[in-house]
Amino acid sequence: MTRTQRTAAFIATRLGSMALTIVGATLLLFLMVRLVPGDFASVMLGPRATPELRAQIVHDMGLDRSFVEQLWLFVSRAATGNFGEDVVSHRPILDLVLEVIPNTLALAFSALALALLVGIPIGVIAALKPGSWLDSGLALLSISFITTPTLVVSVVLFLIFAIGLHWLPVAGAGNPGDIVDRLQHLVLPSVALALGWIGYISRLVRAALLDTLAELHVRTLRAYGVSEYRIVGLFALKLALVPVVSILGIGLGDLIGSSVVVEIIFARTGIGSLIFNSIAQRNYPVVQACVVFIVAFYILANLVVDMVNALLDPRVAAGRG
Amino acid sequence: MSEAMWALRRICSERDGRLGLAFTTIILVFALVGPLVSPDPNVLDIKARFAAPGIAHLFGTDNLGRDLFARTSAGTRYALTLAVTIVVISSIIGSLIGIVAGIAGGWVDRAVTAVFDIVNAFPPLILAFALIALYGKGSATFVLLVTVVFIPQFGRMARARARTLRNLSFIEAERMLAVHPATIVVRHYLPNVAGPIIVLASMNLPVVIAFEASLSFLGFGVQPPKSSLGTLIKDGFVSINQSWWPTVTAALVLAVATLGATLLGEALRRVIDPKSAGTR
Repeated sequence: MTRTQRTAAFIATRLGSMALTIVGATLLLFLMVRLVPGDFASVMLGPRATPELRAQIVHDMGLDRSFVEQLWLFVSRAATGNFGEDVVSHRPILDLVLEVIPNTLALAFSALALALLVGIPIGVIAALKPGSWLDSGLALLSISFITTPTLVVSVVLFLIFAIGLHWLPVAGAGNPGDIVDRLQHLVLPSVALALGWIGYISRLVRAALLDTLAELHVRTLRAYGVSEYRIVGLFALKLALVPVVSILGIGLGDLIGSSVVVEIIFARTGIGSLIFNSIAQRNYPVVQACVVFIVAFYILANLVVDMVNALLDPRVAAGRG
Repeated sequence: MSEAMWALRRICSERDGRLGLAFTTIILVFALVGPLVSPDPNVLDIKARFAAPGIAHLFGTDNLGRDLFARTSAGTRYALTLAVTIVVISSIIGSLIGIVAGIAGGWVDRAVTAVFDIVNAFPPLILAFALIALYGKGSATFVLLVTVVFIPQFGRMARARARTLRNLSFIEAERMLAVHPATIVVRHYLPNVAGPIIVLASMNLPVVIAFEASLSFLGFGVQPPKSSLGTLIKDGFVSINQSWWPTVTAALVLAVATLGATLLGEALRRVIDPKSAGTR
């Protein structure tokens, strides 16, 4: 097989397994909801329960039909993005989710960008002088970044900037039309979210760069008298970034998961705070819709990353990476 | 015993190991001495609300005048207990499932791997959220549900290990000699799987500590009257305009605990499993 064919076959396999995983995850989610002990409509409505609302839920979710029919209803609706109407706000659940998703994505992507912009240089600096005091200092710094829970970072940033300095706005996502205001509101949450990944990426870059620099072709370059900076900048860094790309998918999933904490502390609207509020109101259909979205996004992000990797490094598609 | 001493000496032979050991010891001592040094964590002293740290209250008091040293110590103790319980249970269950899948092969293996993949398709915090939302709060439920979230990691590791072992000739030889499968598992699989699982468990401990704190902060973990580091941060955060002490002390303890556990876990990995130490 040629390289292109191998890459295509690899992507096809990954697409297949992705579809299976999404179906499996939806199935799991469906089972999780159906295995809740007690009459689901009453559990969900709690103190809100009126006969009319109950009837609406039973009808909407097909609770009066057979298990297989319910399953089909759930999967087919999830596939077309029809999650029904929210019993609290009487609006389509899809609208609720689509409304808040841009906020969370803006947060997650800006955190990721920040993590790359700061993490890669730290990793490179550490790798240029392995074993030096700078390297070991940066190593300790990186690991502290990784281990400090997002919760702690958010709370401390909140304290410093809200109670202490009043430099940056700390609550909400900013006025919808005002781009500067929105960016200002984005700074603290993204830093809080990015910190752990700055540490993680810098360690990854350092390790990968050191591996690459130890390879024979780099020794050849050195023998030709190419300067260390050119070696790193022109040749080694590109290879060292392959492992970084492969964790970006996991990174996005993790960032979206952790965004719940950040969104609550900084009072931002987003999918995290939507899940949080929906759980508090026992509004399970909304929780379910949010989880389906997050899982689909997570799997999709991993797929994109796999594809990029297969294109960057032919060894991945050949199964040798 | 001598092996443990050897491991300890190896851990202490490098800076990160020493730091990890020191931080972890500080946290453990802090979690254990609370009851000896300070009054009952639940005693109210309304007159002394939001007291600053001092002789009477080493860490000050909270919005109800409760001693924060005692509360933070009790919270740390509870948080560590929960995290260790979760890691131990999920590593044992995960290892057993993984070993069975690895030995059985075929459709059993494929089914187990598929389930692990599906569970892994959920970001952990989100899965825990969904589970807790549906199945309720409470410490036992909480431990059980978070365990479910962490089982696949251990399962995958044990499975991969078991599959390599299965094809090794000494195990094949025992099979030929008709040694009972259970004996083979106990005598060969468990000891061989244990190393990497212990490493993974120690690496996961700080993750679970942070995980529990986040969930408890959001109100989905530990429920009052019990308190953990997460609930303490939350309680402090609610009255942060009056006093920032409670939140900062609990947050600091949490950060030191996770940092110490991570450094110690990595040092342990370098000792037990030197081959994988370079990659992360």
